[in-house]
Amino acid sequence: MKNQQQGRIARSIAERATTEPRWIRWGLIGVALAFLAVFVVLPLAVVFVAALQKGLYTYWESISDPMALAAIKLTFIAAGIAVPLNMVFGVAASWAIAKFDFPGKQVLTTLIDLPFSVSPVVSGLIFVLIFGLQGWFGPWLNDHDIKIIFAVPGIVLATIFVTFPFVARELIPLMQAQGTEEEEAALTLGAGGWQTFRRVTLPNIKWGLLYGVILCNARAMGEFGAVSVVSGHIRGLTNTMPLHIEILYNEYHSAAAFAVASLLALLALVTLALKSIVEWRVKQQLRGGRHTLVEEPTT
Amino acid sequence: MVAKTYAWRKWSVLPGFGLAMGYTLLYLSLIVLIPLAGTFLKAATLTWPDFWETITSARALASYRLTFGASFVAAGVNGIFGLIVAWVLVRYKFPGRRLVDALVDLPFALPTAVAGIALTTIYSPNGWVGKLVEPWGIKIAFTPLGITLALVFIGLPFVVRTVQPVLEDLEPEVEQVAASLGANRWQTFWRVIVPTLLPSVLTGFALSFARAVGEYGSVIFIAGNMPMKTEITPLLIIIKLEQYDYAGATALAVAMLVVSFGMLLFINLLQWWGTRRHVS
Repeated sequence: MKNQQQGRIARSIAERATTEPRWIRWGLIGVALAFLAVFVVLPLAVVFVAALQKGLYTYWESISDPMALAAIKLTFIAAGIAVPLNMVFGVAASWAIAKFDFPGKQVLTTLIDLPFSVSPVVSGLIFVLIFGLQGWFGPWLNDHDIKIIFAVPGIVLATIFVTFPFVARELIPLMQAQGTEEEEAALTLGAGGWQTFRRVTLPNIKWGLLYGVILCNARAMGEFGAVSVVSGHIRGLTNTMPLHIEILYNEYHSAAAFAVASLLALLALVTLALKSIVEWRVKQQLRGGRHTLVEEPTT
Repeated sequence: MVAKTYAWRKWSVLPGFGLAMGYTLLYLSLIVLIPLAGTFLKAATLTWPDFWETITSARALASYRLTFGASFVAAGVNGIFGLIVAWVLVRYKFPGRRLVDALVDLPFALPTAVAGIALTTIYSPNGWVGKLVEPWGIKIAFTPLGITLALVFIGLPFVVRTVQPVLEDLEPEVEQVAASLGANRWQTFWRVIVPTLLPSVLTGFALSFARAVGEYGSVIFIAGNMPMKTEITPLLIIIKLEQYDYAGATALAVAMLVVSFGMLLFINLLQWWGTRRHVS
């Protein structure tokens, strides 16, 4: 009885020594919430309020306008090509980097991350300098009547470039943490390479893969700077949703611009919700992975 | 051939290294390395005086001052408030904490053009916030202040997300020891917690800064885009392209690429410093 009481007192002293007074705690929570309210909640709220400022009818007109529909379609096409390609690359790159040991691994990982450190405008420009009329292949493409810049292929290429690292950078640390024991066991038991990948690796990485794909897709659908440089802004032909929003906004069709923007804001909210769910699953899976690692004899 | 491969990398029973590595290098080269190299080669066709004149013209210099200045201030704001947000999310329990945690990533998920028009609408003179500050003669939209606010938005998640895991790994025993050795809470914070968090805060700051320097979509709407006053460097590249001045655009792009790669190197060094300190 006395021991219990002493323990409780000791614990409360330890707690008090390693946390802040109540007024500081609530003060900090207040500062953090106010900061996020101003910088995150306010912009999100204004998108929906401004989208509905002229009523539901205008809202519906703006998003069912043929130009808006063409922009939505092009956005889906660009993301529909870029995301699967970068997904396959992400799986291949993380298989090579996480499951094998070779010199230059760090350099390769840094090179994969490179597109993240390039300004979106420059990302678009590099494709203009290659495929544009003034670029390396410009004259040849012009002679053969192939259009890449100011056309859909340029938009797809720019989208692939800016979303290049997403899947790989999610999968590499996850696969490194999971190690190679399970695959080795499967191979020892007589499974083939593809079989091992499909039945052992893929189930292990599926949540991480989904996580990378979600982020990749959000950026692919929302990319503005890079696509803006290569698009040429031809209405109904080479305008993606973000570019369509820009044109509407600059022509003072504010309600219409925000109506289309609200669709992308909804996509962002869905992305965040999925991301939170998947993050939780990845954490669980990693905890499971660690459990088997602990039982491994240390070498 | 096979023997050579085995000598190059450590032996493994797992198959598929050649295929995965080959595809990785091919795709990386086609999408990233060759286009980037092409840009540098294109810049090499410019003469040095032309190149130098473009990247040091008065208009370009004004755009660097604005871009780097606003990015630095924005990254600083994010460094301070990001640390507070990360601290509150890891250490304190309050209702709605998980929702707040998820919302921190909104600037990553929200397309930059959407953020741009939303921020402009809030901070323009007749907007929700712009209206409040106008009587005091403060203008936010179409000034460097507006640009800085947009960059704070865009860089917000970086510091939070780099500090959070380090803070989670910080063992309470260390703080208990500090307290039992007679340190008060402020001393513990200053002498024990801050040195542990410093590399991650600096990494977050650098990531936020690097992102802000290249940012375009969220800034151009709120910037006003007046030459010499509120014109950021990425916009200057676009303006040169629209005037068919490809040489000028290339020169500025190469200057920005060199800065970006320098930042990337610096961030890698910071992270290396952080993990080394973390281990020791």
